[in-house]
Formats: sequence, structure tokens, C-alpha cells
Amino acid sequence: MNQTPMLEVRGLYKYFPVHQALADSLMRRPHSNVKAVDDVSFSLARGEVLAVVGESGCGKTTIARTLIGLEALTKGEIVFDGKLVNAHSQQPHIGLKQLRKRAQMIFQDPYESLNPRATIFEIVAEPLVVHGMIKDRKERVAAVKSALDDAGLRPAEDYFMRYPHELSGGQRQRVVIASAMVLQPELLIADEPVSMLDVSIRAEILNLLRDLRQKRGISIVFITHDLSTVAYFADRIAVMYLGRMVEIGPAREVLQNPQHPYTKALISVAPVPNPRLRRERVILQGETPNPINLPSGCRFHPRCPVAVDMCKENDPQLIELKQGHQAACLLVTKS
Amino acid sequence: MSENGNLFLRNLAGFWKTFRQNKLGLAGGFLVLVAVLVAVFAPALTDYDPSDIIRDANNRALTFAPPEVHGILGTDDAGHDVWSQLVFGSRISLVVGFMAGFIAMFVGSALGIAAGYFGGAIDSLIMRITDVLLVIPDLPLMLVLVATIRQMELKISPLAVLIVVIGLLYWTSTARLIRSQTLTIKERQFVARARAIGAGHWHIIRKHILPQLMPLIVANTVLILSTAILIESGLAFLGLGDPTKPSWGTMLNFAFDRSAISNGAWWFYLPPGIAILWVSLGCILLGNVLEEMLNPRLAAHHLEGEAGMIAIADVESKG
Amino acid sequence: MNNGKPLLSVRGLTTEFTTPEGKIARALEDVSFDVMPGQTIGLVGESGSGKTTTLMSLMRLLPAGGRITAGKVMFNDTNLLALSEREMRDYRWKSMAIVFQGAMNALNPVMKVGDQIHEAIMLHNLMDEDAAEKRVKDLLEMVGIARTRRDQYPHQYSGGMRQRAMIAMALACAPDLLFADEPTTALDVMIQAQVLQLLREIQKSLGLAIVLVTHDLGVVAEVCDSVVVMYGGKVAEYGTADHIYNEAQHPYTQKLLEAFPDVSKPGDTLASIPGTPPRLTNLPPGCRFEPRCHLKIEKCSQVNPPLLEVSPKHYVSCILREGAEADL
Ligand SMILES: Nc1ncnc2c1ncn2[C@@H]1O[C@H](COP(=O)(O)OP(=O)(O)OP(=O)(O)O)[C@@H](O)[C@H]1O
Ligand SMILES: Nc1ncnc2c1ncn2[C@@H]1O[C@H](COP(=O)(O)OP(=O)(O)OP(=O)(O)O)[C@@H](O)[C@H]1O
Ligand code: SF4
Ligand code: SF4
Ligand SMILES: [Mg+2]
Ligand SMILES: [Mg+2]
Repeated sequence: MNQTPMLEVRGLYKYFPVHQALADSLMRRPHSNVKAVDDVSFSLARGEVLAVVGESGCGKTTIARTLIGLEALTKGEIVFDGKLVNAHSQQPHIGLKQLRKRAQMIFQDPYESLNPRATIFEIVAEPLVVHGMIKDRKERVAAVKSALDDAGLRPAEDYFMRYPHELSGGQRQRVVIASAMVLQPELLIADEPVSMLDVSIRAEILNLLRDLRQKRGISIVFITHDLSTVAYFADRIAVMYLGRMVEIGPAREVLQNPQHPYTKALISVAPVPNPRLRRERVILQGETPNPINLPSGCRFHPRCPVAVDMCKENDPQLIELKQGHQAACLLVTKS
Repeated sequence: MSENGNLFLRNLAGFWKTFRQNKLGLAGGFLVLVAVLVAVFAPALTDYDPSDIIRDANNRALTFAPPEVHGILGTDDAGHDVWSQLVFGSRISLVVGFMAGFIAMFVGSALGIAAGYFGGAIDSLIMRITDVLLVIPDLPLMLVLVATIRQMELKISPLAVLIVVIGLLYWTSTARLIRSQTLTIKERQFVARARAIGAGHWHIIRKHILPQLMPLIVANTVLILSTAILIESGLAFLGLGDPTKPSWGTMLNFAFDRSAISNGAWWFYLPPGIAILWVSLGCILLGNVLEEMLNPRLAAHHLEGEAGMIAIADVESKG
Repeated sequence: MNNGKPLLSVRGLTTEFTTPEGKIARALEDVSFDVMPGQTIGLVGESGSGKTTTLMSLMRLLPAGGRITAGKVMFNDTNLLALSEREMRDYRWKSMAIVFQGAMNALNPVMKVGDQIHEAIMLHNLMDEDAAEKRVKDLLEMVGIARTRRDQYPHQYSGGMRQRAMIAMALACAPDLLFADEPTTALDVMIQAQVLQLLREIQKSLGLAIVLVTHDLGVVAEVCDSVVVMYGGKVAEYGTADHIYNEAQHPYTQKLLEAFPDVSKPGDTLASIPGTPPRLTNLPPGCRFEPRCHLKIEKCSQVNPPLLEVSPKHYVSCILREGAEADL
């Protein structure tokens, strides 16, 4: 087994500059930024599934897009299979095009991520075309067929000449997955792949991803705001709040023994499909604050149900509580 | 490949089915089609050449003869047959209009896509040029340009000059339209997906942006044609046409120069006017209907059963 | 379910659409359920199962091409389907109000939120300008939006706040019955929890009955007293929340529950339901779920099972649950 982690992210920052009003720039007010991702580090082993969860706007999509190079990072390092991504340094590095051959992304909205005027065959074969792989027509057809097959679209030939609008949401997401798998990537970044789908179809897609992972041993970064789906198939969970990771650890451990107050709240509001189990919920009021002006100290303190005075001044760092389980809260200490 | 062909036919059949329901579109299509047919079959529609001089029994030129006296539309001041001028004039008007329209469409689309897709300095540059072109009044500018080029005696056919000048000045509205559409398409997820699989700019523009724009470009071209024909007529009316190859505009110019009105020779000035109206109305009707029908924001809507989903094209767009 | 008289009683509601191609699509067939005063009832089902169509039929707001072909809708003692359009208008908003699907994107972007609620109140001339103005602010406060934000525009509101504003608008005329079509679908978990909490609170304080439409079984379990599970335009199963979640009888309901991932039970394998819902223009002669059903028997493809009461207040439409097959 290869010991090099599939992916390592070190001190990743992604700031979006805010458009400044003319008056502000005339008055020479400092330029402000949306701090979408603010110092995030994690690593992903080969064959591992890491779930990234958090509320809307906490920076999940931004991380995904930065990982695959759709957004330039502001600061930090992304290391893919031991090679620095897109750096022109002396160290071993890997270019974007090369990266995009070995890492693929699945987008949130299956209705939006397929070109409405391309046939399913064209869509699934596109990565091969782009990377100039498998030029032989017959072999290409075979590759597309087996990718569609693997994604559960059988018989694959029936789909070749169809257009996306002729497919249901679940079938479309399968096409997206097939086209992501056709290059046999080692890393898959899935940005809320099921949140737009009906519950019954959701299960199918989750099962499909799980099978693919077992069969191919690919590593997956699985982004979602829904803890219930995470429970189902992640090895580890990273909880994000306002651009930071506030807790990270093995899935079962985080779900059953959450340490950070935010994680606790998130778990408590996840709907449980059983009216007999209606639980006490911790419903945080208000929305996530604007990532332009972050709260001082612990960024969660304005909404934290257990905040104390020192939370306003001290910014907690992730500390290791147990083997592999870390949380960033001043009240949580190593047991 | 044959399956691809079938798909194309299926789409075409579907298109025709909806188009057939649209009275205005059908009317527009009919107007344009008639004009094109007249231009194509011009020699078959008349016994005279536009330069023939019709003579009476005394071998004198038959001038300002009303339709009752000669042919379908009588003769003009020099005794030329008006009907044959009209029929052959359609060739000039349509060729100039169509070619200028296509140039405008081509330039406008290319620049619009470049501006929208690449943004930044390219975008600013192109948009500033359109701003300038938009504030300068077109007709005087064209008059000056055409007149100047003609002065230089470059031995270019006057019609070519007209085509190029109209084409190169009329792309701005197309460019703006295409640019704004490109901006929204560029933000759509399937474009991000294409980038994520490693596709380059050229691939993305060709495979993902252009196909979405195509319907819009088609509809817009038809609309531009009507403008180009009107402009050509205007310039020709002002005397900038090719007197040896009279278009409808040139005919009007002659009619006014040679006192057709004071002679009451309505058959000389009304027909070219009506012809111009006919074609431009046709293009406008057709263009508007196409634009409506081929709305690029084609989004599948509801799913019904596996035998084949029913797609409802709706105007849903992501903000 | 209590024993009182239902506020709204729906019986045998059947709605058809004429599609653009001229085909008839039977979007609802024989839909029946009761809404008790002060109760929350959940309408769950896949996309296209007819949830929105049910609400629109009840409000008699079907789009062009849709018509109710059979059934009875009793609101207290009035059959809404027998009313004239004029009389029906009196019921809309005053007795029954609706938060439309995707409503939070339906606010007019260039009009202040407060003005839009004001407009909704004034349309029904219940009160004068000043009283209406006070009502606007009270309503905003009721849904947890500061009175001072009355004069803001929709883009200055977050998604959750816009959804609250739409709920406030629906409450403008103090209806007895609120229809909420997917009120939390586009929202993330925390905001969803807030909106659900809001619905529970207003229900308690106003004694409102709520019909909550959603495809999320978790949401239903959190807030509903009884549940209607819809499939292909028919009621598959109808009963108390406890019936549905703990004693589900219909194969579809059972599968749906197994397909739903549960935080409290990590690692379980999820059931999936292969296939797609039936085409409404070409319905199978038998049970609508038959092509996808894992328990089907031969008869299922011939007989369209009616909705039968299998135990008190628990209704199922499945041949396997028919105690009295002799009836057929
Ligand atoms: N291109 C951009 N320019 C400016 N700000 C941006 C841009 N993209 C994202 N942001 C901001 O960055 C923050 C994080 O956004 P992101 O899309 O990563 O959130 P998310 O966690 O994926 O949320 P969701 O669950 O809604 O998808 C948000 O505040 C967002 O407004
Ligand atoms: N105007 C219409 N014309 C024809 N068919 C329609 C029309 N409106 C709805 N339908 C059909 O009626 C069926 C039920 O639709 P409805 O909108 O009620 O579903 P829904 O359960 O609310 O789904 P969703 O979860 O997607 O909102 C669908 O199959 C739909 O295609
Ligand atoms: S540091 Fe304080 S505010 Fe932050 S999560 Fe811990 S208790 Fe809450
Ligand atoms: S009637 Fe038959 S097909 Fe329908 S749900 Fe019951 S067992 Fe399944
Ligand atoms: Mg996101
Ligand atoms: Mg609906």
C-alpha cells in the first residue's frame, strides 16, 4: 500500500476581494475580503472518504473548487500524491492539466452540470477527448460503455444518443459520475452530489459511490450540509464553520461523541425519521455571520450556546483530543 | 453517424411542429421566402432586361408609361421596364443585405464571445469600441465612409464597399447580446465541469458555449438582415448605390431624382418601397419568432416515466 | 388523530391535466385525507407525485389545462368545489393561505418586503392603512424578523428570512389553514430547523392547521401529526406519524424509510427503489407502484388497489393489505 497521502492541504486560504465602492477607495479605506476559506489543513489517505460538512456559506464549495484549481488559492499548499500542485518550485510538482486527469469533481446540481446540447456519449467521452486518451474509436466506445455500465446505466448503448433533458435527475447524476470515472481517477471531489435529488434516488447514488469506492479504491472528498448522508459513508468527518475547520475526526467518533458545540448543534438538528425519537434540538439562531467581518476571538462565539467571556478574545486552534480526533474550542481540552 | 442524423431530423421535425403553430412566424417566413425565390428565379419572371429600353411604334423610348400601357409595372423616365428592375433589384438588395448581415453577425458573435468569455482587458476594449460606435450616428458615418472610399477610386465594386461598411458598423448590438449571454453561460455548472476535467478555452468555447449561443445567433442574424437591407436601401437612396446594378434603394433614388412623383408615376416609386418593406417586415417577424422559440435557456423540467422523459423547455435560469 | 370534526376533509379528489400534446395526464386520483383543526399533516412523495397539484386543487388555483374531475373538498361545512369562483375568492387567504413552492424567490425584488406584505393585507380590505401597517410589523416580528427591517428589499434578506417573510405574508389574514409547499427544501439544515421551529410556534400560538408538503421524510417526522404518502398521484398510505414511521404497511413507504439515511444509525446500507415513477399520460392498469415493487404478486398488474382502512385511522392502498380480497 502506498503510504503517501492522496491529498494534503496545508494552511489553505481563499479570500475573495470585495468590490469597493468608489467612495471607499477615495477615502482610502482598507480593501476588504470575503474570507471564504481561512487557514484550513487536512490530509486524505488513499482510499479514504472524508466528509466536509457545515452550513451554507461556510466555504465547502470554495475548498472543492480550489482543490481542483477552478479558483486560484490565496495562500497555502495543496499536495497531490506527494507533489505540490501548480507550483513552479524545485520540489516535485504537478500541473493543473495533469491533476485534472487524476482528480475529478462532481457538482451539486445534476440539472446544471451537463451541457444540454451534448449527447450522453459526448459528455462521457469528453474527458478522453480533452486529454487525448484512447483515440481509437472502438476502444473509446468501449470505455464509455463500461463507465456508463459502472454508473448503473444499463444497457449503456441506449443512453449514448440521448440528451440530458431526456433523463431524470438521478440518471443525470449517474452520467456525471460516469464521466468523472471514465479517466479512472484516483481522487473524486463530490460537492453535494445528492442534495438536489429525491430521497429514493439519493440512496441509489450514495450506494453507487460507495460501490465505486470499494471496487476502485478511490479517495473521496464528500461535501454536504446533511449529516445523515455523512453518517452513511464517510470514514472521517470535518466540520466547517465560517471558513475554518472546527472539528475533525473518525466519522463514528464525531457523530456519537461530538466535542465542539457547533458540531453538537448540527447533529441535533439533523432530522431523524422517527417521530418517537424527537429529540432536544439546539437550534442556533440567526445565520452564519458574514465572512467579511469575522467575529473576534472564536468565530463561533456570537451564536455559541455555551460561550464564555474568554471566547471573545481567544481564537481556539484545533487540538488533538484523541487519536485522530481534533476540535477547536476553548472549553474542550484533552481528556 | 446515422443516429446523429436521425436526432437532427427529430429535432427539426419538432421544431417545425411548433413553428407551424405560429401565425406570425409563418407569415414572416412566407414573406422572406417569396423575396428569395424572386431573386433566384429573376430571369424567368420577366421578358426584359432592366437595361432594355422599351420603344413605342415610332421607335421612341416609351417613358413613364403606366402599367396599362406596358408590362406589369410600366416604364421609368428612360423607358426601362420597372417590373424587371424590381425583380433584378431584389438580387442586389438581398445579396448586399445578406452579406452585410452575415459579416455583422460573424464579427459581432466573435467579439461578443471573446469579450464575455475572457473578460478583463479584452472585454473592456471591445465594449469601449461598441460604446463609441453606438454614440456616433450610423447613417452620417456610413455616408462619409462610403463616399470617402469611393473617392479613393480603389477599383473595388461599390457594392463590396457597401457590404463591408454596413457589416463592420452593424455588429455592435449583436456583440452586446452575445456577450451578455456568454457571461451567463460561462457561469453555468457544465462549463465549470468542463474546466475541471481539464478542457482548454478553445474546447470550452467550441463545445460548450457556441452550441448554446447558436439559436440566439440564428435569430439575431435574421433580425440583422432586415436592418442591413434597410440601411442598404437608405444609402442607395442617397445615391451611394451602384448605378449600374440598381437595387431597390437605387430605384427609389432614380424615381425621386427624375421627378417620378411630379409625373404621378406611382408605379415607379411605390413598388421598390413596398418590396423593401416586404422583406424587412418578413425578417423582423421571422427573427422575433425564432428568438422566442429557440430560447437558449433550455432547461428540462419534469420527469415522467422511463420510456422518455417529457421535457418542458422553460425559461428557468440560475441567477 | 383526535375525534373532533375535521377542518378540511378531502374525498376522492381527482385532477387531470391536458398536456400540450393533447394527452390527458391524471395527476391525482382518488386522494382522500382529513385535516384536523390545529393539526399538522405532512404530504410526502417523490418529485411529480402530485403534492403541489393537491394543494393547487384544494385552493382551486390549478394552472391552465388542469381541472378537477371528481371529488369533494369540505371546509367546515362547505364544499369548496361547489362554490363559484367569486365565493371561492373569499376563502383564499382569509381561510386558507399558501406558501408556494420556491416562494422565497417569488418576492418582487424591487419592492420593500414590508410593502409586499402590506399589499397582501390591503388586497382583502380587512382593515385601514394604519392598522395594516401595524399588522405588517407584528407579522414580521411573529416570524422572527426585526420590525426595523420592514423597509428592506428582498436581496438584503437571507434565504431563510425570505422564507419567513413569505410565511408572514400567508399569515396576513389570519387563516385557519396554512398550506406550505416545500418550505425548507432550498435551505440548509440549521435554517431549516429554524423555519420548522417557527411553523411549530405559530401553530401553537395561533391554533393553525398546517398542510406541509415535502419530499423529506425527516422533516415530516419532526413536525407532523399525521402523514399522507403519495405515489404517482395516489395516496399510497395515510395514517398517524407513528403508523407511517413505525408500522408502515405499503411497500413504497417501507422502501422510502429504508432509503432515508439516519444520523442515529450510521453505517446502515440504504435501500434504493430502482426504476422511475409512472408516466401520468400512460398509467399502468394495475397498481401504480407495480413496476418498482419488490413484493408484487401477479394480480398487482391488473387491479388498481383502493385506499382501505387497515386499522383505525391507518389507510393503505395495496393488494397485499386487503383483508377482504373477496370484495374484488
Ligand atoms: N466568487 C466569489 N466571490 C465572492 N465571494 C464568494 C465567491 N464564491 C464564494 N464566495 C463567498 O464565500 C463564502 C463561502 O462560499 P461557498 O460557496 O464555499 O459556501 P458553501 O459552504 O459551499 O455553501 P453552500 O452550502 O451554500 O453551497 C460565501 O460567503 C460566499 O458568499
Ligand atoms: N400544468 C401542467 N400540465 C401538465 N402536467 C402537469 C402540469 N402541472 C403538473 N403536471 C404534472 O402533474 C404531476 C404532479 O406534479 P406536481 O407538481 O404536483 O408534483 P410534486 O409532487 O409537487 O413534485 P415536486 O416535488 O417536483 O414539486 C407531474 O407529473 C407533473 O408533470
Ligand atoms: S471557544 Fe467558546 S465560543 Fe468557541 S465554540 Fe468553544 S465555547 Fe463556543
Ligand atoms: S399492490 Fe402489489 S405492486 Fe402495489 S404496492 Fe401492493 S404489492 Fe406492490
Ligand atoms: Mg456549496
Ligand atoms: Mg411540488
